[in-house]
This record gives sequence, structure tokens and C-alpha cells, in this order.
Amino acid sequence: MSADSKPLNRLAGNLLVSLTTFVIFIIGWEAAVRGLGISKIVLPPPSAVAVALWESLREGELHWHLAVTLYEVLAGFLVGSIGGLVLGFVIALSPPIERIFYPYVVAFQTIPKVAIAPIIVIWFGYGVASKVVITATIAFFPLLANTIIGLRAAPQDQVEMMVSCTASRWQVFRMVRLLQALPYIFVGLDVAIVLSVIGAIVGEFVGAKAGLGYLILQKNFNFDMAGTFAILIILSVIGVGLHGLIGIAQRRIVFWMDMAGERVVGA
Amino acid sequence: MNAVTQFVPASLRQPRADAAATDCLVRIIGLEKIYQAKDGNDIHALQNINLDIQPAEFISIVGPSGCGKTTLLKILAGILKRSAGDVIMLGRPLTGPSRELGVVFQAPVLLPWRTVLQNVMVPVEVQKRHRGEFEARARQLIAMVGLSSFENKYPFELSGGMQQRVGICRALVHDPSFLLMDEPFGALDAMTRESMNEELQRIWSESRKTILLVTHSIPEAVYLADRVVVMTPRPGRIVDIISVDLPRPRLLGMQTTAEFGRFVARIRRHFTSAGTLDT
Repeated sequence: MSADSKPLNRLAGNLLVSLTTFVIFIIGWEAAVRGLGISKIVLPPPSAVAVALWESLREGELHWHLAVTLYEVLAGFLVGSIGGLVLGFVIALSPPIERIFYPYVVAFQTIPKVAIAPIIVIWFGYGVASKVVITATIAFFPLLANTIIGLRAAPQDQVEMMVSCTASRWQVFRMVRLLQALPYIFVGLDVAIVLSVIGAIVGEFVGAKAGLGYLILQKNFNFDMAGTFAILIILSVIGVGLHGLIGIAQRRIVFWMDMAGERVVGA
Repeated sequence: MNAVTQFVPASLRQPRADAAATDCLVRIIGLEKIYQAKDGNDIHALQNINLDIQPAEFISIVGPSGCGKTTLLKILAGILKRSAGDVIMLGRPLTGPSRELGVVFQAPVLLPWRTVLQNVMVPVEVQKRHRGEFEARARQLIAMVGLSSFENKYPFELSGGMQQRVGICRALVHDPSFLLMDEPFGALDAMTRESMNEELQRIWSESRKTILLVTHSIPEAVYLADRVVVMTPRPGRIVDIISVDLPRPRLLGMQTTAEFGRFVARIRRHFTSAGTLDT
């Protein structure tokens, strides 16, 4: 195919397919709701969702809730992933610490965070702090696990090459292990950022004074289905956007992984 | 040289210590390597290896897979422990990797996040040598193997043969006196391989480095070496050491002469008799 040699063409083609699928889906949804006479409080038609989305974006009220949730997501993500990263480094570099702490870490991970969210709200209050903590506990583990795996992923032959030219342990770490860990760390960041959105919303469901999760509960309470759907759309845009940002950073920083893949496919 | 006299066993001390101090670059005495396999059985990878290597000598080691030639090279490179025996490397007992050593591996083993030039500079960085001075040398080496226009490219932009040439530059950049090469051309096609052989002969004759080349190609071993060390497997041991007195510089056409053929035949006989021909 000549399309293979023109990535831009391929991209445009993919976009066209996605867009067409989307339009067909929306039209089908709208037709189904109208044709079958489904009640607006069970399933709102896309047109009603669009109107609700437009109105909530115009109102100043939504902006405040959006800002609160974004803050919770980003702060929780930062705290959790930095924590996971740091503990991951410590554990990967020190087998005794791994033996002592890792069982507890795994045990903590097996507890559903939804189950401890009420406790955290009691400890940290109904404000933003408890949501940041809940989000951080969720974002923590993907970073921890991937950092540990990544720091141990350096191929034996690269380590041997370094040692053969008299590299110290620290030099092997700095010049090889750290860089080999980067692709794994980015996988962890990607998982963590998406989970962070879930974490913030779960926290707000348990008890909050503001935020998109709080808003969803309110709208549900008033049977405002279209309004709820509008917020879900905003949430998924946040998730996709943050995932995209991580992807951009990954392609810039871990550029060699992408290129190696391209070579295999293109060769 | 005091360290040497203390290290060598008393019975061998007088003559051996002198030799180590004067003409001998590497001396391997009664070297053994035994691996513990997972099933509990020991694998005798190297048995009673004795070898002296003179300065500026080109030694080839040939043998079928599993004869321990890579194990021997890794022990000399200081990245694998020996089970028994003594190795005197560059006048000192071998205790670990040496700055005076360059190693070329079977695979290029380039770091994918570094450009060609940055990869070649790895030993200079590790050994904290003067960057400016050695960068000029690195560029010269890269030019010598015909990769000047690829200096700032990344490994994934290079073919396998090009990557291997970068690996050779990296082994030479810090100007080591002793070069260890572990089947460096094994993955290359026949034509690239021949030109790399010519290149290596030129590097060796110009720089007068000592080279130990591990290969499973008998013609390659004969073409390049002053002496060919023949090893056979289970247990890995030296069965013959053949001096190749063909005149230098050697031309590729020389490989079809009867004289060359006699060396090849003599080496090959060891493998046919052991039933382990693999070339």
C-alpha cells in the first residue's frame, strides 16, 4: 500500500473512520430514543445531552467544580506517583527493604480504595484534602510496581558491557538502569493518571462540598439525566486529555522505544 | 611487579614471574571454570587452560559452540569469576575489569538513547578521561569505519553491520593495549564480514594492539591470527595451538592458496575427529 509511506494520509484515514463511526453511533442513539419513546430520565437523547453540556459550560458554576476536581486529580496524581516512584527506587536498590516492606505494600494494594475512602474522608475532612489522599493511594501502586520492574529490566549484555569498561554500580545505574526504567515508568504514569480521575470522583461520591462527582450526585438526585451525561463527557475529555499529555511526554523522552517499533513495522 | 611474584605459586615463581615482567602480556595458568547447573550437575566449561599471549600478538580462538571460548573471554574481561587457576593480565594478577582493555561483544550492545558518537564515548565517560581529547579520537575511529555521516544518528537508524562497527569503535576509543573480541562478525553477511576482517587486520597492524579474537570461522581465524588456539567442548579445553606464519599483510585472495588450505585442514581435523564440526 502506498499509504504506508505517507503517515499523514494514514492518520487522516484513521480519523475519518473514527469520525464516521461516531456520527453513526450518535444518530442511531438519537433515533432509538425518539423512535422507541424512551423516557428522558432513563436515557437522554444526544441532543439533550449536548444542550445540557452547552448550558453547564456557559454557567460559571461548573467551572468551579471542574477546577476543584482537576486540582484533586493532579495533586493526588503528583503525590501518589512521586511516592510510588521514590519507594520504587528504594525497593529496587535495596533487597532488605523489599523483604520488609513489600508484603505490606501488596496487602495495602489488595484493599479496594473505595472501601477505605469513607475512613479517609473522616480523617481528612469533606474538603479537597481527603480526595487528594484517596487519589494518591490509587496512583501510588502503578508507579511503584513499574519502577521496580523497570529498574530491573536492563539487559544483562548492557550491564556486562558497562562493567567491562570498569563502570561502577552507580555508573551502571545512572547510565543504563535509569534509562531502561523510563518506558516502564511511563506505563505506570499512564495507568496512574487515568486511575486518578476515578479516585477523585470516588472521593467526591463518599462526601464532598464541591467537584464534578458532587455535581453528578446532585443532578442524579434531581433526575437531570442529560446533565449527568454532560458531566460524564467532561470527565472523559479530562481523562483522554491527561492520557494524551502523558503520551506526548513519553514520545519525547523515551523516543528510542517508539522509533524501534516503527522500524519493525516499517521494515 | 612484586604483586606478580606473590601471586604465582612458589614452584613456578622464578621463570614465570620473569616472563610476566618482561615479554608476556597475558599469562593464563591452569584456568578452570565450573558452572553449577540448575539440576545440580556441574558443567566443566574450561579445563586446565594454559596460554601465554605476547604483546602485539593476534590470537584467534576457534571452536564449536559450547567449547567455553566465550567463557574464557569473559573471564579475561574481568566480568566472570574463574573457579581455579591464575591469570596475569598486563603484568598484574587479574582481579576485575581493566581500563587497558577493550571488549567487542557478539551483539553490538549499543545504548539506544545515545547517538553513535555518544555510544563510542561510553568508556571515556565511565573512565572519566579527558572528553575533548578523546572525542577527536572517537570521530577519527567513526570515520575509519566509514560512519562519519552517522555520528549523530541513533542505533535504531543503523543496520546491524553499522551497529557492530560502532561497537568496535567503542572498544578502541580509550586506546586499550589489549582488545578482546567475541565473535564480533558472527551476525554479519559474508561480504561485510570479509571487509571487516580486512579492516581489523589494518587496525591491528597500524596500532600494534594485542588482539584476542573468538570466532567459529576457521578461515577467519587463520586469515587474521599469528596463532590459532583450537578448543573442543565438554570439557572446554585447548587441543592445539597453531602458529600461522603466512606473510603479512594478508590479502583476501590468499584464502584460496594451498598453504592457507593446509592450516584450515589441520584445524578442521580436530573437530571432525571430535565429531563436532560446525563450520
